[in-house]
Amino acid sequence: MRAKPILATAAIALATLTACGGDDAEEEVTLTVFAAASLTESFTEIGELFEAENEGVTVEFNFAGSSDLAAQITEGAPADVFASADEANMEKAVEAGAAVDPETFALNQLVIAVPEGNPDGVTGLADLAGLDFAACAEEVPCGTATQTAFDAGELELTPVTFEPDVKSTLQKLTLGEVDAALVYRTDAIAAQDEVDAVEFPESAEAVNTYPIVALEEAPNADLAAAFTAYILSEDAQAVLEAAGFQQP
Amino acid sequence: MPAQRTRRRRRVPAALLAPAVLGLAFLILPLAGLLIRAPWAELPARLAEPEMLAALRLSLVTATSATALSLFFGVPIAWLLARGDFPGRSLLRALVTVPLVLPPVVGGVALLLVFGRSGLIGAWLHERFDVTIPFTTTAVVLAMTFVSMPFLIVSVEGSLRGADARFEEAAATLGAGRWTVFTHVTLPMIAPGVLAGAVLCWARALGEFGATITFAGNFPGRTQTMPLAVYLALQTDLEAAIVLSLLLLAVSVVVLASLRDRWTAAP
Amino acid sequence: MNTESPNTGLDAHLVVDRGEFRLDLRLRVAPGETVALLGPNGAGKTTALRALAGLESLSAGRIALNGTLLDRPKNGGEIDRAELGPENQNRSAATGRGTGPNTAARRRSGALNTDPNREPGEPADGPRYRWVPPEHRRIGVVFQDYLLFPHLNALDNVAFGPRRRGTGRAEARSLAADWLARVGLSDFTRRRPAQLSGGQAQRVALARALATDPALLLLDEPLAALDARTRLDTRVELHRHLAGHSGAAVLVTHDPVDALMLADRLVVVEDGRAVQEGDGESITARPRTDYIARLVGLNLYRGRGSGSAVRLPSGTTLQTGEPLEGEAFAAFAPSAVSLFRERPDGSPRNTWRATVSGVHRHGDHIRVQLEGPLRAAADVTPAAAAHLRLEPGQTVWAAVKASEIRSYPA
Repeated sequence: MRAKPILATAAIALATLTACGGDDAEEEVTLTVFAAASLTESFTEIGELFEAENEGVTVEFNFAGSSDLAAQITEGAPADVFASADEANMEKAVEAGAAVDPETFALNQLVIAVPEGNPDGVTGLADLAGLDFAACAEEVPCGTATQTAFDAGELELTPVTFEPDVKSTLQKLTLGEVDAALVYRTDAIAAQDEVDAVEFPESAEAVNTYPIVALEEAPNADLAAAFTAYILSEDAQAVLEAAGFQQP
Repeated sequence: MPAQRTRRRRRVPAALLAPAVLGLAFLILPLAGLLIRAPWAELPARLAEPEMLAALRLSLVTATSATALSLFFGVPIAWLLARGDFPGRSLLRALVTVPLVLPPVVGGVALLLVFGRSGLIGAWLHERFDVTIPFTTTAVVLAMTFVSMPFLIVSVEGSLRGADARFEEAAATLGAGRWTVFTHVTLPMIAPGVLAGAVLCWARALGEFGATITFAGNFPGRTQTMPLAVYLALQTDLEAAIVLSLLLLAVSVVVLASLRDRWTAAP
Repeated sequence: MNTESPNTGLDAHLVVDRGEFRLDLRLRVAPGETVALLGPNGAGKTTALRALAGLESLSAGRIALNGTLLDRPKNGGEIDRAELGPENQNRSAATGRGTGPNTAARRRSGALNTDPNREPGEPADGPRYRWVPPEHRRIGVVFQDYLLFPHLNALDNVAFGPRRRGTGRAEARSLAADWLARVGLSDFTRRRPAQLSGGQAQRVALARALATDPALLLLDEPLAALDARTRLDTRVELHRHLAGHSGAAVLVTHDPVDALMLADRLVVVEDGRAVQEGDGESITARPRTDYIARLVGLNLYRGRGSGSAVRLPSGTTLQTGEPLEGEAFAAFAPSAVSLFRERPDGSPRNTWRATVSGVHRHGDHIRVQLEGPLRAAADVTPAAAAHLRLEPGQTVWAAVKASEIRSYPA
């Protein structure tokens, strides 16, 4: 390119246009983050903060169920960072050699979501007996957590539906089809205009840990490490906490 | 004379053959991918799981019920669209295909808004008869019917439009009333179209996921159909999901192939 | 047979309006009689047939079969029928006589000058309105392309009518087998329509129509779909069955040979109206329209007779054999025309100078189309054509002997 001054000029003009006056020396980089669906709101916000602090960096997210993401990563999807909603799915990535030494960056606990005003007066798990309630299927992390909580309370409770993810569990409540739903605190808080969250002691037995890792095959290894570190920073943790997560 | 019925082998033009072969590869390769990844050794154990059999049975029962419902309501709708003469017919035709365009999950939400516990009709049913539809097998059938009936209607309507209405006139001159004309002439003549529509409808119902999980939820033995079981298995165990999918595929292929032989053997 | 109603056959006045087109046809067919509606495509023959069968409803007029009224549209004005075109609705509103364009047309034709639906012999207290749907008319139809039900075999096709009219399954089948035997198809009862030849399908269609013992049999171009040889055989066969049919029969055709051979009486329909009616002989001998003249191969002219000459509107005068006064037709066969290179002398009293506009082989002779004061067709031998070196654009002299020109009142 240097050999042809006219072309070089054109290239610079183009770069100027696309970079909108940014430093010519700095390259545009896109960081790809695979994150659990429950992180959608908070990670989007953190991503914007990270972009603001690192000029020329664009963070792209792929939000989906942790198991879907784990499968995509082990099948070789080009991701830089993986943030899972549970340890089991992270473990899959580790076993496949895609990740080493993940770190826990957030905790999430179950709550009983009830319609605003708590019309049935739910105070704990035992009150769910006799109510129509929705819970996650055991195959997904929130379902595993639910079962653990039931076991801890030595309760035999059967929901009317085992939902495939926490969002659809909550949706059954917001659509008025059930009286209560066992969801994560973060989800209840996100929907606080419509639902109230009832905390219950057994949920302490079923705390969900969120691990994050810079992937081994990350196309942008340095940036991936930087993002992972940023998630553990105070700024990012504040965002997570506002969303209902607890600090590890 | 019989001689004119003999079929001659015709050569397929290359311009058709090439895209046909490519298209077939595109359709069949993913299936091959599943077959290759399938853990064949685990298969017998998987098939013996009671939950899986329950899901398979529920799928077959509900998909067949949905097809029966679709036939019962869909054929008259198709007749109305093809032969009826009333204002707003083209609008109605467009509305009938709405479930085809609507994302199934949205379809499920829409069904909840009507038949749900606090839905338009559901609230009344709940108060008046203490009947709730969501999270029941009925809900599964309704969700399947909602998404699959348009396939039947479109197919049957096409057949009706293609059918020569003069045969119906001929039947009338022979003393057949309108209902007899329909049952003895129209219906037999469009039978291949009805069958094709029913097959499409059944297949779509069998694979139904989005509207079912939204409207009927997921409860083993009651509302957990095969696609739901497959989806949940996918969360923990890819290979189990593949086994389940293959089982669903095998059953549907066997059913459809045997139907085809029985019903479309005529010239 | 139905013993209650008088066996008077078909008595119909068919009026069907469809946009610009109007069919207005009176038709009486006695039991056992076959009437052919002969006419060019688009003349309204099939519309007439459909109206008789009840597949189309009348705009006005009436259909009675063996004394039973089958169709008579309401036109008292209280309720407009959906089938009525806007013109008729206007007329109905205007006390049945009205001022619509059709009324004017009818007055011109002189066909009707009272209630259009009241026939001369009909009692005034007859029903005002009647519609019998096709399935309740004792009418059998043989459709042009047969319309055999493709999903039924020949036997069940024929049994279909009797079954619908209340005959038990076994009895209907044996009746159908009888009919198939009568049309010579005993060996084909199990065949589906797709496995039958055209001639066989035609016979199954005939058997199917006759198996209901119709008081009126309608045949729509029954031989049109057949190849020439099959047509010949089937025509003979059809004639036999028509002769054996005790009810009335109406045959629609555009083929004069079918009409002449199958029908007792011909009604020539052009542009929705009957233009000529009679037996084959009278129609072929004295055609009254160009269409019929062409069908029977005559040159036909209309003019005014005076003495033994007919003066045409163009000014040309034809000398004819017999004297005639007033409106008249003059007709001669193409073979009566002689062609010459020079003006001929001698006996022919009609000679004119003509321009050849077409030369075609026509059987074993050459047909020459002539333009000039008299547009005519002439038939000459190939030898004569070669001698005259006939070709389009050439001028020749044409001559017709007066004794070869028939004239008759218009």
